[in-house]
Amino acid sequence: MSWVIDAQGLGKRYGKRWALNDCDLQIPSGHVVGLVGPNGAGKSTFLQLAVGLLAPSAGTIAVLGRGPAADVEQLARVGYVAQDTPTYARLSVEDHLRFGSQLNPIWDDAFARRRIKDLDLPVRQKAGSLSGGQRAQLALTVALAKRPELLILDEPVASLDPLARREFLQVLMEYVADEGVNVVLSSHLVADLERVCDYLVVLVDSRLQLAGEVDDLLGSHHRLVGPRRDPDSLPPGQEVIEERHTERQSTLVARCDGPVLDPAWTVEDLSLEDLVLAYMGHGAEARRARQNLEVVS
Amino acid sequence: MIAFSWRQFRTQAVIGLAGLVALAAVLLATGPNLVHIYDTAVAQCRSTGVRAGNCNNPASGTYPFLQTLALDLVLVVPLLVGMFWGAPLIARELETGTFRLAWTQSVTRRRWLAVKLGLVGLASAAVGGLLSLMVTWWFSPIDSINQNRFDPAAFGTHGFVAAGYALFAFALGATAGLLIRRTIPAMVVTLVGFIATRVLVTFGIRPHFMAPDTMTVSLQGGQGGLNITSTSAGVQVAGSPPTLPNAWALTGTIENNAGQGPSAAFLRHACPGLTNGAGFSGPASGVEQSVRGGTREAVPVPSRLPDPIQQCITGVASKYHEVVTYQPGSRFWAFQTYETLLFVALSIGLAGLCVWWVRHRLS
Repeated sequence: MSWVIDAQGLGKRYGKRWALNDCDLQIPSGHVVGLVGPNGAGKSTFLQLAVGLLAPSAGTIAVLGRGPAADVEQLARVGYVAQDTPTYARLSVEDHLRFGSQLNPIWDDAFARRRIKDLDLPVRQKAGSLSGGQRAQLALTVALAKRPELLILDEPVASLDPLARREFLQVLMEYVADEGVNVVLSSHLVADLERVCDYLVVLVDSRLQLAGEVDDLLGSHHRLVGPRRDPDSLPPGQEVIEERHTERQSTLVARCDGPVLDPAWTVEDLSLEDLVLAYMGHGAEARRARQNLEVVS
Repeated sequence: MIAFSWRQFRTQAVIGLAGLVALAAVLLATGPNLVHIYDTAVAQCRSTGVRAGNCNNPASGTYPFLQTLALDLVLVVPLLVGMFWGAPLIARELETGTFRLAWTQSVTRRRWLAVKLGLVGLASAAVGGLLSLMVTWWFSPIDSINQNRFDPAAFGTHGFVAAGYALFAFALGATAGLLIRRTIPAMVVTLVGFIATRVLVTFGIRPHFMAPDTMTVSLQGGQGGLNITSTSAGVQVAGSPPTLPNAWALTGTIENNAGQGPSAAFLRHACPGLTNGAGFSGPASGVEQSVRGGTREAVPVPSRLPDPIQQCITGVASKYHEVVTYQPGSRFWAFQTYETLLFVALSIGLAGLCVWWVRHRLS
């Protein structure tokens, strides 16, 4: 099996702070991967490690089977749009297209120009005077015209208004549907990813919490509502992610390997957002537990 | 990558080129007239039998504003190149995040950096060198009057050494921008670092490029430089480097044929009438020459020195001469070459640091 991204014990440290810690993650090909987590969880760090802008402090990462940014050929296989979609403010849209064609051995100029035209981007205008949405579209165009095997987008819609956000993701999905490219995109909002992703990775507090295909994750996680009981009394194969108790009633979010047989529970499906929120809370609890352990030891 | 680097640099390059062309036009318009004034004066002096050294040539005082401007430009332009071409080169990409765009195209960081440094570095050296050569050409009539090519102010603004200065200033700016990651602080570091390096090289390193020659100058003819001070402890006499045409006098020592300086007893005898606090400094002839703004002017000191001083000078000059160490004017181009190579080597060192830093520290 060839992995799009294969991270083993991956970590990145800034001074004493680990921005990403002990991350083991293997993403199979053929997916649109959503990387989700709160701000500062390490999403950007992970993506920058994947494109070779950062070097790992610990562990290894391979992208499409090779070291990130290992050489020109590897650089050409990965398209990347950085957070806040940086562009050269004093250069025009046209200059950016030339930039792309001059700096990439594979460059689909006709495609890039068609996109710019479809998006109504003014070719002569300086990138610095484009709107945030237009700038994001320009950056995406440059990344797409490389015809990459893997497209990595770091919070591509974070700075966009809701309309531009929807438009951006729509354009992206049309491209993915046509070209079947691998995509990894990050967001701190699940709603952005819900419509477009079929694979989910949750990072909380510099640690990997969850990774898997969205359908599998939704199929294996349930909300269990029933009379109050101790979550430790669940049978093996059921792991509590989130628990909430009133005097009489317990509400759990649990990962269940098989069907839930206990008739005391009412089993409800979860939305992707509920699932992610449960894991974010889970991560926060785990962190508190770790800190307690560190205090004890 | 080259085409793209050029696109990024184009506006700055056009500004630099426009400046060069404008100055060239002014110098071309005025240069022939300067030569004419010089030639006329030389011909007149020759026809009236005045020696060239004493010829009063009005060319040295012509276009005073342009003279100052031209010399100041050669001094300052390398610094401007470092601050406005060098410092933002990488710092701005780091500040605005565009390095993330550039480094994820199909170009390795090393190539990205090499092309940027190479292209703008070449342009920097070209601007410094062309500017300096233009000014050197324009100044040639004035220089043949002043004969001060080794003067620290003249050396750095003539010949081609300014190409090395500009290249170094650019490399310093680029390196500071890469390490500090911010344009404005990098510009300040470039300003301070460049001036400090220039001063250090001019006074600390340049005199040692070649072992100086030595010559003996008679104090009687008034060529040697002399300092006389009289205090309660007695009279003291020391040599000072004299002004030599086109050469660079480094030290001057008062000695007799046996290599000994005047003893206290001799000075008591030779300079009897000197009162406490009396003193003298200048050529033993009593005519001081000073170099101001690249123009040498003879400043007559009171034609009759006080008798005790004159007596002292004559007394010392009868037994002693001055030993001068100096760099002869014929070494000018060798020194230009050495100093240029020194700055080119410094620039290459800085470029190497940049390549290493981009590979190992910026990730």
